[in-house]
Amino acid sequence: MNSDKPLHRKPWAAGLVVFFGLVLSGGGYATATNVVETEFGSAEQVSEGRKLFLANCASCHGTNGEGAIGGPSLIGVGAASVDFQVGTGRMPGQASGPQLYKKPVQFTEEQILAMAAYVASLAPGPALPDPEFLRTDGNVEHGGELFRINCAMCHNAVGAGGALTEGKFAPALGGVTEKHIYEAMVTGPQNMPVFNDANLTPEDKKDIISYLKYVENNPSVGGFALGSVGPVAEGLFVWIFGLGFIIAISVWLGAKAN
Amino acid sequence: MTSQVQEPKTAVGKTANYFDERLGLGGFTKFFARKVFPDHWSFMLGEVAMWSFVVVIITGTWLTFFYQPSMAHTYYDGSYAPLKGAEMTVAYASSLDISFDIRGGLIMRQMHHWGALIFVAAVGLHMLRVFFTGAFRKPRELNWVVGFLLFIMAMAAGFTGYSLPDDLLSGNGLRIIDGMIKGIPLIGPAISSGLFGGEFPGTEVIARLYALHIMIVPAIMIVLIGIHLMMLVIHKHTHYSGPGRTDQNVVGYPLMPVYVAKAGGFFFLVFGVIAGIAALFTINPIWNYGPYDPSPVSAGTQPDWYIGWLDGALRLAPSNWDVSVFGYMLPFGVLIPLVVSLVFLALVAVYPFIEKWVTKDDREHHVLDRPRNAPTRTAIGAAGVMFYAVLWAGASTDLIAIYFQMSLNHVLVAMQILLLIGPVIAYWVTKRACLALQRKDREIVLHGRETGRVVRLPHGEYIEVHEPLDKYELWKLVDFKDYEPIMPRPNEKGKITVAARLRSALSKIYFEDRIAPVSKAEYELAHSEHPQEIAAEETMPRRKTKAKEISK
Repeated sequence: MNSDKPLHRKPWAAGLVVFFGLVLSGGGYATATNVVETEFGSAEQVSEGRKLFLANCASCHGTNGEGAIGGPSLIGVGAASVDFQVGTGRMPGQASGPQLYKKPVQFTEEQILAMAAYVASLAPGPALPDPEFLRTDGNVEHGGELFRINCAMCHNAVGAGGALTEGKFAPALGGVTEKHIYEAMVTGPQNMPVFNDANLTPEDKKDIISYLKYVENNPSVGGFALGSVGPVAEGLFVWIFGLGFIIAISVWLGAKAN
Repeated sequence: MTSQVQEPKTAVGKTANYFDERLGLGGFTKFFARKVFPDHWSFMLGEVAMWSFVVVIITGTWLTFFYQPSMAHTYYDGSYAPLKGAEMTVAYASSLDISFDIRGGLIMRQMHHWGALIFVAAVGLHMLRVFFTGAFRKPRELNWVVGFLLFIMAMAAGFTGYSLPDDLLSGNGLRIIDGMIKGIPLIGPAISSGLFGGEFPGTEVIARLYALHIMIVPAIMIVLIGIHLMMLVIHKHTHYSGPGRTDQNVVGYPLMPVYVAKAGGFFFLVFGVIAGIAALFTINPIWNYGPYDPSPVSAGTQPDWYIGWLDGALRLAPSNWDVSVFGYMLPFGVLIPLVVSLVFLALVAVYPFIEKWVTKDDREHHVLDRPRNAPTRTAIGAAGVMFYAVLWAGASTDLIAIYFQMSLNHVLVAMQILLLIGPVIAYWVTKRACLALQRKDREIVLHGRETGRVVRLPHGEYIEVHEPLDKYELWKLVDFKDYEPIMPRPNEKGKITVAARLRSALSKIYFEDRIAPVSKAEYELAHSEHPQEIAAEETMPRRKTKAKEISK
């Protein structure tokens, strides 16, 4: 009946236009993003990164990343280091102190990568991790064993964090992304030692990440974990709530008699 | 004659008669059923300890059905994925099986552990109650010592149990104990190798700790609890002062039926609280810590709370106190905390005898002191609590540092200073607070309570109406014994001995500052001096017009 209508007047035309529009814009966006990734370290990105660096980092790290009074040299720290420090919000630092705290991230992913590319261009250093080793399907048993031997003395057996000397500390690892855990191991940020590939192979690192994600995503079978910090929390709990409750019952029973 | 004997008619009566004729239970029942206990919540702390001990015994017995105290090696093949295939001891594997693969195992384990923490805490609180109310005075000094031994045994039971799962956390704790033992000069290494059957960790220690934990320590405890309760029956219970309550009687309710019902019900309440906590809150997640391995030590490695004060003593002792004598190392950083802890415990054990010696008081005491009425004892107790608390907090310096964002080193130094001056401050503040409270009590007895109601008298004078106490309150505030410092007196030979001088000096510390209870004469005098105040209270609250009556 309506076959003589022009194509753009057909009832499904609007839907078709929207469909193509979405495919084009979404696909284009995806391609554009891919372009950024494939071109990590491009001259354009490095120069963009240098601009950001000069505006946000150079006052402490020197105009060429050579270090200054406020901050260490960044020559040779690699892209992974920048991605970790800026990507977790530790950098730009808020105030000098024994150790920098995590805070809301100040830059977009694109800006962080640009700065990472710039710092990586200064000298070779640990690169951004291969996504292959960021999956969480590694061997959790092996990861757990490695974690207890290499990490738990500072970060606690399930990564609840722990104290170091003079106000320094090993932060809690819950909620940290796979990428940042990997980058921390290869770059050794702040007070953490470096675990290079000779020490822990990328596969080992993947196992450790898998273990951490396992304990993070599988809540304690025994009930509320009380912060997973061990007997101190249990002792405080039993004195305040356990005995508190029992004494309340005793007072109630004692009062009943009178 | 036979017509006078009443034969039981009911089934219960017949059964009871059957046993009475054969076992003579009648007298026994009569004796115990009529036992009188006073009512106060603080008298139930010991009961909390006893009931939580029962819970721990029940759950512990259940755990023995599944736990294997063997240090033989095995590979884990249970349900907990992150340990699958890991090499470990049979003891650890069986503890994991109890937690993951045996039905009801985890809640039993958690009830056992939470119950144990509550048990030791209740023992501690019970001791504090007994101390601060002076319940350890004659005739109960020996029962204090038995109770003290129970406290030590409770710690021993706890520690031996803590080590049994053979996980990383408890293994580290055991290693510290091993180090402390080895630090004892001359005999230390021999004791250590005897305990562990060679070099730490060996293959013996878990089985030995198991024997201690399930047999020797509980057997000693049950005997001690028996003695403790027997003495309680012999001495009869103490009571707080009140009208009609004296050192010659006990005011309360009989065991049967009131306390049988109450205590029975209380058992279920304690059981319920422990079961509720165990169902909701994780304790000692051994699966997190992993199997014992001598090399790793996790952050946040601490003992259970009741051993915390000893761990704190080790942490607070400076680490540079080692002295080398003829090639032998004397680790004073370990030995001094050890000696200080033992001296502290010894002082706790003998305190009743010290106080008795100082006061020369040979009377029996069944009416308890209000803590304020024994200012020096209360102050000593507060100093002891402070000392213990600082050591206790010392075991968590790392967690204090991280959670309050402080430097671990500063926390340690602050604790070291606090350990030395904290007890002095606590003593002084508590003693002054007690004396001030006594002064306030005296004021209230003599002049009544301030009502805040100001009345103008016809001739223009303003007075605040004071409300006298009722008889019950009054009794509580005046019924306490007063001691005076003892002067050193020469003995039969006419010499003043060193002991007499020491006693006199201590007595002076105890009783030089004191507030005497209000005497009858003082009370009467106070109330005859201000008859209008009493009259105001009695006749005429609140009406201005009646103010005239006061002046009459």
